[in-house]
Amino acid sequence: MIAQRAGTTALRRVVTAGKPNAFFNTNIAKLGLASSSLSSTTQQTRPVATQHLTPSEAQSILAKQRLQRPVSPHLDIYDKQQTWFGGSAWQRITGASFSGALYVFATAYLVAPLAGWHLESASLAAAMAGLPVAAKGGLKFLLAWPFVFHATNGVRHLLFDIGVGFKRRTIVQTGWYLWGASIVGGLYLAFFL
Amino acid sequence: MAALRSTSTRALLASARPSSLRIAAAGPIRGFAQLADGAQQSNVAAGDQPAAKLKTFQIYRWNPDQPTEKPRMQSYTLDLNKTGPMVLDALIRIKNELDPTLTFRRSCREGICGSCAMNINGTNTLACLCRIPNEDSSEMKIYPLPHTYVVKDLVPDLTQFYKQYKSIKPYLQRDTPSPDGKEYRQTKEDRKKLDGLYECILCACCSTSCPSYWWNSEEYLGPAILLQSYRWIVDSRDERTAQRKDALNNSMSLYRCHTILNCTRTCPKGLNPGLAIAKIKKEMAFS
Repeated sequence: MIAQRAGTTALRRVVTAGKPNAFFNTNIAKLGLASSSLSSTTQQTRPVATQHLTPSEAQSILAKQRLQRPVSPHLDIYDKQQTWFGGSAWQRITGASFSGALYVFATAYLVAPLAGWHLESASLAAAMAGLPVAAKGGLKFLLAWPFVFHATNGVRHLLFDIGVGFKRRTIVQTGWYLWGASIVGGLYLAFFL
Repeated sequence: MAALRSTSTRALLASARPSSLRIAAAGPIRGFAQLADGAQQSNVAAGDQPAAKLKTFQIYRWNPDQPTEKPRMQSYTLDLNKTGPMVLDALIRIKNELDPTLTFRRSCREGICGSCAMNINGTNTLACLCRIPNEDSSEMKIYPLPHTYVVKDLVPDLTQFYKQYKSIKPYLQRDTPSPDGKEYRQTKEDRKKLDGLYECILCACCSTSCPSYWWNSEEYLGPAILLQSYRWIVDSRDERTAQRKDALNNSMSLYRCHTILNCTRTCPKGLNPGLAIAKIKKEMAFS
């Protein structure tokens, strides 16, 4: 590295001594190659020609190229922690499944008298009471975990909205706390309440 | 010109070999990859050469000349003792010594041009600022920026990204002349508001880390452009703040941001696009 730099400096000195030239900086390499005749032309030859295009022509060329170009991989290769455990994505998943469940249950409740189902609180509670503890807790956890997750992360997002908690470390930490808290809270609601 | 320069470098190197040997004997070279030439090194220390620290790089390859061929991963193994510390050093060395067809963008090698933005081991970063982890021998995976059209190998097509940047009018818009006719002055506090915004080099790491931008890059501006947008919204000298906010006031341009915050986690310059977007949202909500 240093040797190379020293060589270039020496060469530059020779060139400037021989012929002071405003272009020597850009053409130093070329001059170095044309060793014997330093006075040879400094004109640069450019074999590449450009073509003038209107914006619409350029756009159509781009569109044609894009038909061939592959889209680079994204979900498969991006950091799994950020794509698969992202709080934002799970906020939407839990929220959507909750509202979906609400619609399903509400519709079923409306239809129940016509279909002869028993979906009143008393009969549901009686049905749950007959189940073994693991099944009871498991079923409750299925509802409790998304609820706690959505509520906790909701608070986190409200804080984001007022501009709090944007430090890189805080984002990573609260992301993991969120999962811990929602699982612990879900287990509590499922088994101890 | 580039070809000319490299041949002349080689000629210079050949002529200056004795001195470069002396330098190499003094200590291991940790500079540009092409200087740590394998033949030179073995001349220097034939006997007491450290054990080779091999590292395999898996690199995404796609050649536009064979568009029907599917993109594939190609492995290259380098000895880290002969390679510079950064991923870009390794890439340059692969291109120089193993496979000249490998294509990637690079320019400044010090994190100021943003050319070498790519996806390294799962997160977007600049290859020149990303150290090769040499404590383990696991493979490194290098992909182009996620969900972009690939021009060739690691080169993504950023046309849309630059168009979006143009669309936010990234320049000072002002009608009133300055009071002293010389420059538009601002207070120190106002100037401080631009810190953490003006440093953005538009490398597109954050935008292409954002799942929302992956699915909606046609209309959603993405974190990098929104950070730039905020840079002009918050500038006390700009007089088009209301119009700038107005241009963002639709369901797509700004509000496709769902605070996923991959942008803040990935920014190789340590900036905070997520916070900038949150501030725009807050200003729009209260104005």
